[in-house]
Amino acid sequence: MSELTTDETPVVRMVNITKHFPGVLANDQVDLALHRGEVLALLGENGAGKSTLMNMLVGLYQADSGEIFVKGELVDINSPQDSMALGIGMIHQEFMLVGNMSVAENIVLGMKGLPFVPPMAEIREKITELSKRYGLQVYPDKIIQDLSVGEQQRVEILKLLYRGADILILDEPTAVLTPGEARDLNEILKKMLAEGKSAIFITHKMDEVMEFSHTVQVLRRGKSVSVCPTKTIERVQDLANMMVGRDILFSLERGSYNPGATKIEVKDLLALPVGGGKPVLDNISFTVREGEIFGVAGVAGNGQQQLSEALTGLLKVNGGTISLNGKDMTNKTPLQVIKAGVSHIPADRGRMGVVGDMSVGDNLSMKKYRTSELSAHNIIKRGLVRKFADRLIDLFTIKTPNQDTSVKFLSGGNIQKTILAREIDSCGGILVAVYPSRGLDVGATEAVRQNIIKQRDKGCAVVLVSEELEELLMVADKIAVMFEGRIMDIVDAKDAKTEELGMLMAGVERRDI
Amino acid sequence: MNMLDFITKLLAATLAMGTSLAYATVGEVYTQKTGILNLGMEGIMLMGALAGFSTAFNTGNLYLALMMAMLVGGFFSLIHAFLCITMRANQVPAGLAITMFGTGLANFLGERLGPASNGYNLTGMNIPDKFSNIAIPFLSDIPIIGALFDVSLLTYALYILIPFAWFFMYKTKHGMVVRAVGENPRTAASMGISVTRIRYVYTVIGGMLAGLGGACLSLSFTPSWNEGMTSGKGWIVIALVIFSTWNPGRVVIGTLVFGGITSLQFSLQAAGLKMVIPSQFLGFSPYLITLVALAAMTIINQKKRGSFASPSALGTSFAIDDK
Repeated sequence: MSELTTDETPVVRMVNITKHFPGVLANDQVDLALHRGEVLALLGENGAGKSTLMNMLVGLYQADSGEIFVKGELVDINSPQDSMALGIGMIHQEFMLVGNMSVAENIVLGMKGLPFVPPMAEIREKITELSKRYGLQVYPDKIIQDLSVGEQQRVEILKLLYRGADILILDEPTAVLTPGEARDLNEILKKMLAEGKSAIFITHKMDEVMEFSHTVQVLRRGKSVSVCPTKTIERVQDLANMMVGRDILFSLERGSYNPGATKIEVKDLLALPVGGGKPVLDNISFTVREGEIFGVAGVAGNGQQQLSEALTGLLKVNGGTISLNGKDMTNKTPLQVIKAGVSHIPADRGRMGVVGDMSVGDNLSMKKYRTSELSAHNIIKRGLVRKFADRLIDLFTIKTPNQDTSVKFLSGGNIQKTILAREIDSCGGILVAVYPSRGLDVGATEAVRQNIIKQRDKGCAVVLVSEELEELLMVADKIAVMFEGRIMDIVDAKDAKTEELGMLMAGVERRDI
Repeated sequence: MNMLDFITKLLAATLAMGTSLAYATVGEVYTQKTGILNLGMEGIMLMGALAGFSTAFNTGNLYLALMMAMLVGGFFSLIHAFLCITMRANQVPAGLAITMFGTGLANFLGERLGPASNGYNLTGMNIPDKFSNIAIPFLSDIPIIGALFDVSLLTYALYILIPFAWFFMYKTKHGMVVRAVGENPRTAASMGISVTRIRYVYTVIGGMLAGLGGACLSLSFTPSWNEGMTSGKGWIVIALVIFSTWNPGRVVIGTLVFGGITSLQFSLQAAGLKMVIPSQFLGFSPYLITLVALAAMTIINQKKRGSFASPSALGTSFAIDDK
C-alpha cells in the first residue's frame, strides 16, 4: 500500500460507541478514526463486534450511546439513506442484491430523486462509463442470479460508486472470492483510493491486513484492543494473538499416516445437470481408506459440491457406483446413507446443517433421536436428550447461554461446532466435510481442523472439500483436484506443491505441467 | 343460435364474470409482491359487495357505493397488515381469520341494513341504478370482439387498470421498490427503503381493489345482495395470482380462462347438457381446472428454472435485526 499522510481531520470519527443487543454487549466504548485515502483494516474474530460497529455507521442500527463525526461534523445517522447522503456506503458480507432484478435496477434501487419512470438508457450508460473507469466489468441488463459471486460483488461496488460514495466499508470482501478475483478487487480499491476515497475493511485474515491496509484496528469481544499502522507490525502472530487474546497454535497435532482398509470406493461416477448439458460429475473414481483424509481442491463450482451430495445421498447420479463401508450405496436415500455410518458437514451450514429456530440441544440430537440412546417407542426422552446435549456442548466447547437457546443466535463458529459435535458423535467411520472452516475465525478454524484430524487418527475415512489450498496441505493426506466435474489428478499432500495444484485447478492437464 | 353468436355471448359473459376477479387479483398480486400473503380476499370481497350494495340501495349513488366498497376493503386489509407487519403474526391464520370475520360480518349486516318493510333484510332488494353495459357504436357490432365494446364501465376501467398495473410494476421506481421488498427485504432496507411502510401501503391498496371487485358483483354482475354471494371467488383470486405468475399483466389470461370456463359451464347447463353430465360436475369444473392449472404452473416453473417463482420473502415477516 502507498504511503499515507494523516495531518487532516479524519473523514470518519466514531467516539465512545456502545451498543447492546438482548443479552450481548456488541460494542463497548469503541473509538475509530478513518482518514482521507486510508484503508483501515478492522480485525477481529466472529462476534467481536466489527459488523455491528459498521452497521451503525451506515444507519442500519442505532448506537445506544456515542457520537459519530463525518468530515468534521457531528452527524445523526438514522437510516441507510442518511449515510448515503454523507457519502458512506457498505458492501455487506451477505450481498444486498435482489436476485431476480437486473444489474441496473439493483444499482438505482431506492435512490432519492429518481424520476417516476427511471430513464434506463441513461442509467445503463452511466453504469458502463463507471465500470470502464474502474475496470469493473458488468452488463447492466444481466439478472443478478445469473452472475458469479465475483460479478455480484462488482455490482455492489458499482452501487456505491454510482451513488457517489467516497467512504467505503467492505465486510469480508474476499471471503467469497477466488484468488484471482481478490487480486482484481485490490486493483480496484487502489484506483478508488488514488481518487481520495477511503475504505474500512473488515476481515479476519491476517495476510489481507498486511497486504491491503495502512492502519489496523483490532476488536475483541466488542472492545477496541489495539490501533496501529500496519507497517509497524513485525509478526503476523502478534496480530492473531491480539485478536484471540491467547496464543494460537499454527501447527496441528496429528498422528502418523497409517491407512487401513478401504472405506469409500467411488467408480466412474457420472451426474448430469437437470435439463441436460455438460456433466457436473464426469467419470469420477477414487478410494479413501481408514485413517486417511482425502482432500478435494478446486475453484468453487467445479463439481465438489455435487460430489459431496452424491456421497451423502442428496444427489442422484446417472452412472457409476459408490460403495461405503463395503456396501453399495449408489442412489440410496440420505437416511440409508446415514445408517451406513456416514456423517456430513454440509457447505451451507445455516440452511442444511442446522434448523435455526430449534434449540442447540435439539439440533445436537437430530441424528440420534431415532435411536434407543435418546428415545423409546417413538417418544423422545427429554432427560436423556438434555444430558446428551450438555455432554456434547462441554466436549466441543460450544459457546451458548444454554442448550435451549435457538441455534441461529450463536456465532458462525459455534454453529459449526454444533454441527461438528453432532456429526462426529454419530460418525460410523466416514466423514464428508464440505468447506468446514469457511467464514470462521482463527480460533474456530483451528478447532474444526483439529477435530477432523482427530477423527482420522481414530480410523475414520474423511473426505474434506476445501477451497483453501493451505488448509488442504495442512490437513489432508491426499489431494484430488477437480475441474469442470473431473478429477484432474490425485497427489500425496506431503509432496504437493501449491503452484502445481493451482495449475490443475485452472484446468491445465497433468502432462502439460 | 349460430356459432358466432354463441362465442360472442360467451365472451361477453366471460368479461362480466372476470371483472370482479381481475380487480381483486391485481390487488392481491401487488400485496403478495411485497411479501404479504392476504388470504382474507374472500371475506374482503364479500364485505365490499355488501358495502357497495347497501350504499347504492340507501343513496342511489353508484360512485359513492364504489368508494364505500374500497374504503371497507382497505380497512379490512389494514387489520391484516397490522397483524402481519406490526404484530408479525403468521400470515396464513391471520388471513383466514379475516375471511371468516369478513364473511360472518357481511352476512350479519346483510340482514340488518335493509328496509324495515323487508324485515331489515337486504336480500331480495333492488337498487335504483346499476352499472349496465355501454355499447360503443359500430365497434360493438363486430362479431366476437364486439363483446369487448359492450361492457360496463367497471370492465372498461380494467382496460386501463391492467396495463397500468403492469407498467407500474416493471417500469417505474415504485414498482422496483415493490419487487425488491417482496424478494429481498433486507436488501431493500439496506437501500434505505422502509419495508414496513411499503408493505402497509400495498396491502391496503390490495384490499381496496378486492373491495371494488366485490362491489362489481353486487352492483353490476348480479345487482343484488345474497348471503355468501362471492361463492369462493376470493379463493379463486389466490389461485389466479399464482396462475398469473405474480405479473399484473398476465392477470388478463387467468381471469379470461377462469371466467370463460365458468360461463361456458353455465351455457352448457342452460343448453341441457346436464342430462348427460350431472350439473354438480359442471358446477365444480372451474375449480377442478384451477387445480390442474396450478399443477401445470408448478411444472412449467421447474422447467423454466424458477422464473415463475413466487416472491422469495412471501409470507415472512421482517425486522432489520432478525438473524
